[in-house]
Amino acid sequence: MELVTPSIGLLFWSSLSFFILFIVLTKFAWKPITKTLKEREDSIDEALKSAEIARLQLESLKTDNQRLLNEARVERDKLLKEANEIKDQILAKAKGDAKSEGDKMIAAAKEAIEMEKVNAMNQLKTQVAVLTVDLAEKILRKKMEDRSQQEVFVNDSLKNITLN
Amino acid sequence: MTHIKSLKSIYYTTKTSFLTIVFCFISVILFANQPSTNTIADTTSVGLDSEHANSNATHEESHGEEKFNINKTIMEHISDAHQWHLWAHTSLPLPVIIYTNKGIEVFSSAHFGHGEESHTYQGNYSYQLIHEKIKVVNEQGEVNPNIMVLDFSITKNVASMLLAVICLIIIFLSVSKSYAKRGVGAPKGLQSWIEPLIIFVRDDIAEPNLGKRTAKFMPFLLTIFFFIWFVNMLGLIPFFPGGANVTGNIAVTMVLAVITFIITNLNGKKTYWGHIFLPHVPWWLYPLMVVLEIIGIFTKPIALMIRLFANITAGHILVLSLVCLTFIFKSLTVGIVAAPFIVFISAIELLVAFMQAFIFTMLAALYIGMALEEPAPEAHH
Repeated sequence: MELVTPSIGLLFWSSLSFFILFIVLTKFAWKPITKTLKEREDSIDEALKSAEIARLQLESLKTDNQRLLNEARVERDKLLKEANEIKDQILAKAKGDAKSEGDKMIAAAKEAIEMEKVNAMNQLKTQVAVLTVDLAEKILRKKMEDRSQQEVFVNDSLKNITLN
Repeated sequence: MTHIKSLKSIYYTTKTSFLTIVFCFISVILFANQPSTNTIADTTSVGLDSEHANSNATHEESHGEEKFNINKTIMEHISDAHQWHLWAHTSLPLPVIIYTNKGIEVFSSAHFGHGEESHTYQGNYSYQLIHEKIKVVNEQGEVNPNIMVLDFSITKNVASMLLAVICLIIIFLSVSKSYAKRGVGAPKGLQSWIEPLIIFVRDDIAEPNLGKRTAKFMPFLLTIFFFIWFVNMLGLIPFFPGGANVTGNIAVTMVLAVITFIITNLNGKKTYWGHIFLPHVPWWLYPLMVVLEIIGIFTKPIALMIRLFANITAGHILVLSLVCLTFIFKSLTVGIVAAPFIVFISAIELLVAFMQAFIFTMLAALYIGMALEEPAPEAHH
């Protein structure tokens, strides 16, 4: 029975010590500790959240990059194709141009050659004529050195002329 | 929500009351009646020392040593004392503070001496320590029952409790300082050892029962948890700074239970009082139900009080009984056999020390949670 009879002294001292403990620890330990714990949890929470956001951003950045890359590739392909076409066109045009130009030049050259030929021919003719006249003159002079021959010639010529 | 809570409550109550019953049963066997214990002691000593059987009593008396009495030894260990027994015949005297109709008196308990016969201390009256109670005696050494003595002495339990309070304040102020220093950084040292416990109390005890009102009651729950646990552990240390059976003293557990009772009922909301005075039963059951509900208000803290007291006292008794076996049988062999059992039971007591702190805090949180309960949705009824 003694074991289950509370003594007044112990009741008093336990109440007092518990209250002191309660007040001191509440003010100096529990409040600051629970507050810091809460703050820490919040900060961890926030860090996790921002990490998640950063991850998502990175992911969207990645897909963006991929998209850009793909676009660039398509663009490049397109450009290359276009360039090829242009090249072909230019080449074709250049070929055509060159051909017509060449043809033109050849024609002009031919004409010039023809002209030169005619000229040369004319000159040759003239030259031949002059040379022929000179030669004829020289021959004539040789032949006509003596009077008799001159007479013979004149006579012959006269003979030929008469009746025409 | 209510059902879950009450189920939980029933679960813990059943579990702990089972333990309590088992321990109480053991203690009842040990203390039921003094003569029977003595008989056991007598017969065993007779059995072992059959040669000295006849001269046993006279032999021991002639040596001036009293016969070993297990009941008395254990009771001395688990009850409060005005001196702190250190070893053999050495005790630490503690201050005695008494109040009589002639005022307050303070003196050292050394004045009572130690041993069976208390010396008389001459103060305002003549005082003697009879069975650890301070009584006024007349010249003939007879107790005068007319003068009331209120004993506010710093007894062994009070001293142990004050020591625990000082230790707890030192520990938690240093932990708090670590928090102030490190802020939201990672905990270190003692702080990292205490932190999981604080989080345990918050997440596993307070929050499931109190929900968003957790913060308001955290200081109380933390204080009660760490106080009970620390004092329990201190009581398990077998030598000087420990060894007092503080939480196994009904006065201490009563104070803790009364505080829980006050907090619970001061925070009682409309739903809580509604359940008590207007229970959801047919009107003609009211006289019965209201009485039961009102009794229920008081049985909860009483259960808290008795559970803690009985568990801790039973633990002390169990360990002491095993220790005493050696002295009952006066045999070294028994001691060697008993030693592993003592270690085993002490290890279990370490667990019980934590368990009881946890259960007390858990149930306190549960009771407060029930008092705070918001009105249930109409569909519920």
